[in-house]
Amino acid sequence: MPRARVIFSALGLLIGGLMVLPLIWLVMRAAQADLATVIDMFTRPRTLELLRNTFALVVCTLALATLIALPLAWLVSRTNLKYRRFVNILAIIPLATPGYVMAYALIGLSGNFGFMNQIFGFTIPRLQGLWGATLALALYTFPYIYLNLRAAFAGLDQSLEEAARALGATPREVFFKVTLPHLMPALMAGWLVVGLYVIGDFGAVALMRYEVFSYAIYIQYSVMFDRVYAAWLALMLIAIALSVVWWESRLREGAHYSRTGSGAGTARRRLNLPPVAQALGWGFVALVLLASVGLPIAVLTFWMVRLDDLPAVFPALLRAFSQSLSVAVPSALMAAAMALPVAVLAVRYPSRLSTLINRLAFVGYAVPALAFALAFVFFSLNAARFLYQTQLLLVMVYALSFLALALGPIRSALYQARPSVEESARALGHGPLSVFARVTLPTIRPGVVAGMVLVFVIAMKELPIAFLLAPTGFRPLSITMFSRTSEGMLMEAAPYAAAIMAFSALFVGFVLRHDKKAG
Amino acid sequence: MTILRNSVFVLAAFAATPTLADLTLYSGRGETLVAPIIEAFTAQTGINVNVRYAGTAELAVLLQEEGDASPADLYWAQDAAALGAVVDLFAALPESLVADVPATYRDSENRWVATSGRGRVIAYSPERVSEEDLPASMFDLTDEKWKGRIALPATNGSFLAHVTAMRVVHGDDETRAWLEGIAANEPVAVRNNTAGIQAIGDGEADIAITNNYYLNRFLNRDADFPVTQTLFSNEGDIGNLLLVAGMGVLESSDHKDDAQAFIEFLLSPAAQQYFTGEVSEFPIIPGTIVTRQDINIDDVTRVAPEVDLNTIGDLEGTLEMLREVGLI
Repeated sequence: MPRARVIFSALGLLIGGLMVLPLIWLVMRAAQADLATVIDMFTRPRTLELLRNTFALVVCTLALATLIALPLAWLVSRTNLKYRRFVNILAIIPLATPGYVMAYALIGLSGNFGFMNQIFGFTIPRLQGLWGATLALALYTFPYIYLNLRAAFAGLDQSLEEAARALGATPREVFFKVTLPHLMPALMAGWLVVGLYVIGDFGAVALMRYEVFSYAIYIQYSVMFDRVYAAWLALMLIAIALSVVWWESRLREGAHYSRTGSGAGTARRRLNLPPVAQALGWGFVALVLLASVGLPIAVLTFWMVRLDDLPAVFPALLRAFSQSLSVAVPSALMAAAMALPVAVLAVRYPSRLSTLINRLAFVGYAVPALAFALAFVFFSLNAARFLYQTQLLLVMVYALSFLALALGPIRSALYQARPSVEESARALGHGPLSVFARVTLPTIRPGVVAGMVLVFVIAMKELPIAFLLAPTGFRPLSITMFSRTSEGMLMEAAPYAAAIMAFSALFVGFVLRHDKKAG
Repeated sequence: MTILRNSVFVLAAFAATPTLADLTLYSGRGETLVAPIIEAFTAQTGINVNVRYAGTAELAVLLQEEGDASPADLYWAQDAAALGAVVDLFAALPESLVADVPATYRDSENRWVATSGRGRVIAYSPERVSEEDLPASMFDLTDEKWKGRIALPATNGSFLAHVTAMRVVHGDDETRAWLEGIAANEPVAVRNNTAGIQAIGDGEADIAITNNYYLNRFLNRDADFPVTQTLFSNEGDIGNLLLVAGMGVLESSDHKDDAQAFIEFLLSPAAQQYFTGEVSEFPIIPGTIVTRQDINIDDVTRVAPEVDLNTIGDLEGTLEMLREVGLI
C-alpha cells in the first residue's frame, strides 16, 4: 500500500473516531438508568408530546417552505416573468436571516413596545408556538429548497412534458404527473437539508416557546441534577435525524428519473405571462421578500433607532464580534484541515475504508447540534478534563459539526484536478506528501477556500453548540443576542442581531457567486 | 481583500488570547443587573473577574457535575435553595467577614452569605385584573379563573426556591397539589422574571409571581408601563416569602483570598447601596440607607412567612416534582 494512502487513511480514521467516540459517553450516561426508568421515559406523556411537536414543526416548515419555493422556482425557470434574473438573486437573500433572528423580528412586531403598536398604534398578539416557529424557520430555510428546485427545472427534459401534452394531457395533469415527479429528487434533497436544520434548531423554537426535542434537551440538561433524561432525549433526537436521512436515501434509491439520452434538444420554452399574471407573479415575489427580508430589517432598524445611545454599544459589540471571530476562524481552518484527508481518500483512493470514513464525516452534520454538543460535554468532563470548557473544544466541535460543509467543495475540486499531473510529479522524483503539498493543494485551493468560507460564516452565527460548550466569559454575537431577547430586552438585542444579519449577508454573496459559476 | 483577510486573522488572534482573569465567577444573576458592580470591584481592587452567566439552577447543576475540577472560584446564586443544593462544595467563610450579616441571612456554618434581599410579589395588569380579584394567597392561583393568564418562569431560581420553601412549610403533598393546579391552569411558560413582566405588559398573561425589583426597570424606562405589583393580602402567606441572593467560595478554589475580597466588597456600604438604589433590592447589612423603593421592606417583613433559609436546600427534590407534574 502506498505510504500516502496509509497516512491519509490513518488521519481519516482519527477524524472518524473523533466524530463518533464522544457519542459513546452520551450512551454511557443514558445507560445509567435502569430499565423501568427507561420505559417510563419513553412512555411519559411529555416525551410523546415532544415527538408530536417535533414532527408537526418539521412537516409544517417543509410545507410552507415548499409553498414559497416552488412557485418562485417555477416563475424564474418556466415563465417570462420580467426581471427574473433579479428575482433569482432576491430569492436567496433570506439566507442572511438565521432562524433565531427571524424569530426575534417576528416577536418584535407584537407587544406594547413592539413595532406595530409604536408605528401603527395597534397591538397584534405575539406570534409563538407552532405557527410562530414554522414562520420563522420557513422564511429562513426556503432558499435551500428553491436552489434545488431551480436546478431541477433547468435539468428537466422539456420534451417529456411536450410528449404528455401531445398525448392529450391537460397542463394540470402534465404538472402533477410529469413535472412534479421529476422534481421529487431535488425536492427531497432540499427537504433533507431543511428537515435536519429544523430538527436541530434551538434558537427559533426557544424564542417561540415551542417545546420540541432540542428545546427540552436544553432545559433538562441545564436545570436537572439528573442528566439521564437529557441523554435519552438526545439519543431519541439522533434517532429521528438518522431515520430522516435513511428514508431520504431509500426513497431516492427506488426512483429513476435520469435521462437515458440527450433528449430532443428542444429550446427552453417559457410560459408567456399576460400583464395581470406578471403583476401577480411580482406581487408574490414582493410578499415573500417583504416577509423574509423587509420585516427583519424594518424591526431591527426600529429597535436600533430607539436605542438611546447607539455608539455606547459599540465596544461591547466589537468584543462580541471578535469573540465570534476568535472561534469561527480557527474552526474554518480546522474543518478544512480535516476535510482534506477525507476528500483525498474518497477521490484518489476509493475503497470500503474510504467510503466508511466519508460516511463518518457526515455524522456531525446529521446529528442535531444540541445532542452532538451534549456528547462532548459528557466526554470532556469524564474522559478529557483538560478540554473541558476550553476554546479548543468548541473549535473542535464546530470543525466536526461543519466538516461536511467543507468537504463538499474540496471534494468537487479534487475530482476536477487531474491525477496525471500528480503522477508526473511523482515520476519526477517527488515523494507523495511533497506532491500533495506542492501540486494537489495549489490546484484545489479555490475549493479549500470555499469550504473554509462556508464553515467560517456558519460558525459566526452558531447558537446551540456555543450554548453548551462556551468557555467561561465567552459571549459571542449569537449568545449575547439570544440572551437579551429571551430576557425580553429586544432593544438591547438589536445591534447584535443587525451584526449577525450583516455578516450572514456575506454568506449569501458567497452562495450567489458560486451559483453564477455553476450555471 | 488581502488587507481585510489579514486584519481578520490579527483580530482573531488578538481575541483568542485568554484574558488573564484572577477570579472565575459563576453568576446565576443576570448580566444587566450585576455587571456594573463587578466592574466597580475590578476598578477598585485591580482583580479581574471572568464571569459565566447562566441560570441559577443551571450553574448549581454544573458545579455538582464538575465537582473538584470546577474552574469556578465563586458562585453567585439568585436564591438560597441553589446555595443549599451545593453547600457541600463551599469553604466556610471567616466569621470576621460576615459578622455584620444577621444570622438569618447566612448559612449556619458560614458556607454562604446573602448579598441582597428581595420579596416575592404579585405583578399584574391593572387593566385586566381588578383589585378585588387579586388572590389573597398564593394557593388561590390554582383557581380556574386564572387559566391561561399566569406567566410562569418554571426554571427560574427564585421560583424554584419559592416552591422549595413551600414544601418545607406546607409539606410535599400540598405543594404537589398546588403545582398540579398551576399546571392545569396552562401557564404561559417564560424564561425568567423579566420575560414574565414583559408578557404581562404585552397582554400575553395577566399575572405572575416575581421578585420585587424587576418591575422598576420597566417603570424607569416608561412610567406608563401597564403593569403594577403588590403583596398577597394574607399575612404570613407563603406567597410573601422573603428571599436572598447569596454567594459562596468554592472549596476547590485556588484563589480564596481574592474570592473573599469580592464578598467583602459586596457587603460594603457602596455595594449594598448599589443593590438597593440601582437594582431596587433590599440591603443585607443593617443600617444601609434605602432609597427608591416602591415596596417598603418593613411591609414585606411584616407579612412575610417565617422560613429558615438554611432548610430550603432540596432543590433537586423540587425539580423532580416539577418534572413529574410536567412543568419542566
